[in-house]
Amino acid sequence: MSFSPPWSGTNLPVFEPQPSRPAPRQTVGMIGWLRSNLFNGWFNSLLTLIALGFLWRIVPHLLSWAIFDAVWTGGPNACPPGYQGACWIFIFDKFRVLMLGLYPGDYLWRPILAGGIFFALAAVTVFHLLNPKKLIALWFLLTLPVYWLIAGGLGLTAVDQSLWGGLMLSLGLATIGVLISLPLGILLALGRRSNFAVIRAICVGVIELIRGVPLITILFMASVMMPLFLPVGLNINNLLRVQIGIILFSAAYMAEVVRGGLQAIPLEQYDAAKSLGLNYWKTSALIVLPQALRHVMPSLIGRCIALFKDTSLVIIVGLLDFLGMVKASAQDPEWLGHDAEAYVFCALVFWIICFTMSRYGHSLEHQKKEE
Amino acid sequence: MVFQDIMIQMINVNKWYGNFHALKDINLTVHKGERVVICGSSGSGKSTLIRCINRLEEAQEGRIIVDGTELTRNLKNTEKIRSEVGMVFQSFNLFPHLTILQNLTFAPIWARRTPRAEAEKIAMRHLERVRIPEQADKFPGQLSGGQQQRVAIARALCMNPKIMLFDEPTSALDPEMIKEVLDVMVELANEGITMVCVTHEMGFARTVANRVIFMDSGEIVEENNPHEFFNNPRWDRTQQFLSQIL
Repeated sequence: MSFSPPWSGTNLPVFEPQPSRPAPRQTVGMIGWLRSNLFNGWFNSLLTLIALGFLWRIVPHLLSWAIFDAVWTGGPNACPPGYQGACWIFIFDKFRVLMLGLYPGDYLWRPILAGGIFFALAAVTVFHLLNPKKLIALWFLLTLPVYWLIAGGLGLTAVDQSLWGGLMLSLGLATIGVLISLPLGILLALGRRSNFAVIRAICVGVIELIRGVPLITILFMASVMMPLFLPVGLNINNLLRVQIGIILFSAAYMAEVVRGGLQAIPLEQYDAAKSLGLNYWKTSALIVLPQALRHVMPSLIGRCIALFKDTSLVIIVGLLDFLGMVKASAQDPEWLGHDAEAYVFCALVFWIICFTMSRYGHSLEHQKKEE
Repeated sequence: MVFQDIMIQMINVNKWYGNFHALKDINLTVHKGERVVICGSSGSGKSTLIRCINRLEEAQEGRIIVDGTELTRNLKNTEKIRSEVGMVFQSFNLFPHLTILQNLTFAPIWARRTPRAEAEKIAMRHLERVRIPEQADKFPGQLSGGQQQRVAIARALCMNPKIMLFDEPTSALDPEMIKEVLDVMVELANEGITMVCVTHEMGFARTVANRVIFMDSGEIVEENNPHEFFNNPRWDRTQQFLSQIL
């Protein structure tokens, strides 16, 4: 088919685009950023000035307390009562207890090595050094040697669980909690959407029962009441019972987050997978869940952060986690009057870990957008 | 043309959505190599009918036999039939988190345990057939509607189906893209695969179909060869429909 328009063959003027000019100076760079973020309009400018005023009053005091007037070296007598600076030697002195609890000094290398493995794996995760499949496998696999190092047995001297504590205990409870409650939550979410009424009813029941109860209640039940219901002879230790309580609590919330993601997947995706002859499990695991979990990644990271912070509640059933050790250290008669340092340090450590998780969540979202 | 083997047989099929009677006493036989076009206004039951053939919808009454196997509640059976019946949807339904190549190799690898290398070889052959091999490593969201639909056709073909079902494959496409998809479908038709196609593309029906079926309110009103169907409709409802769309 040949189509020749009426203007073909005539000579028309050639279009030359004019050269680009640089943008006005006030809208780009540092000045542009300040104008558009801090001083766009009188109200925003006012807020900026008020905020600056507050910082002007607070930051110098904070800096002199935490750094310039702080005591960094010496013994317990280096910080007399009523001294105006922070007494960080107190934290240095208690550091081992805060991190590892009452773990016996002869075997310190074991939790230190375990911690090394843990933080190495965390770094590998945060910097995206491994593909997701291998990463998940590694998290599950390395749990075993880490647990073995801490608990002992199989050639290593056993260390009683009542001696575990500090940040090690908090991270342990949170890590095992996430690793088990996430798959469990996914199963509960799938079950809640099952075609089988019995499975659906069980999953709804479990989720709603657990979500209707505060974590403290669940921890009390796990610690105090569960032994009453267990058959005679079956003896589950306190730590494991608490861990189970945390897992169940977290799984119920994870399930609802995952369910939100599942609902965002159009039914046509199931049609397409079915029409290709794929069964329910393959469709769920390889088509639906990968999409659903990406949708809810921010909320899932949020649940992980919440779970880590929630572990500080185990103090009420007698476990001395990180916060528990901080409290106990602050009451040491040798170091009285240093609560502020203890809690500031505690907050700082919690913040660093939670903020890292949060940034990791952000980077996952960015990866998703790049695709 | 005389057709021998029966590929699809529907006997007195009835289907309800709640109290709504969506399919009424459907009797339909499709032979091997036959190309059937189903048309009708929206809500007439065409999509429901075609979705019953691979049991995406379950009929409450009647029998459906596909390639000698009756469709029942038996899941393994159903999955096997589905893997031999390719389906193309109005909204493409590609898997957005997988690349084009992964979309194509997914079912051969996971439903049929084809080795990956072989599945990829087959996939590339079909991508060339629908003329977009250069898009293999992109994601569905980066392709135009027409390209996505051609990928969807290739994805179905990768399972080497005996029957291809098309459920309004061009209805969601921009006018310029309809042709590129129809061209691929015409080529397929010329290769002799059994096809059942719900479409409003009457030009396609005229040139490709052996038989045109017209449905209204859940019933097959009439079926005939395209020449007779378009020139001598037997019912006023058919005539009315044709005058609307031609």
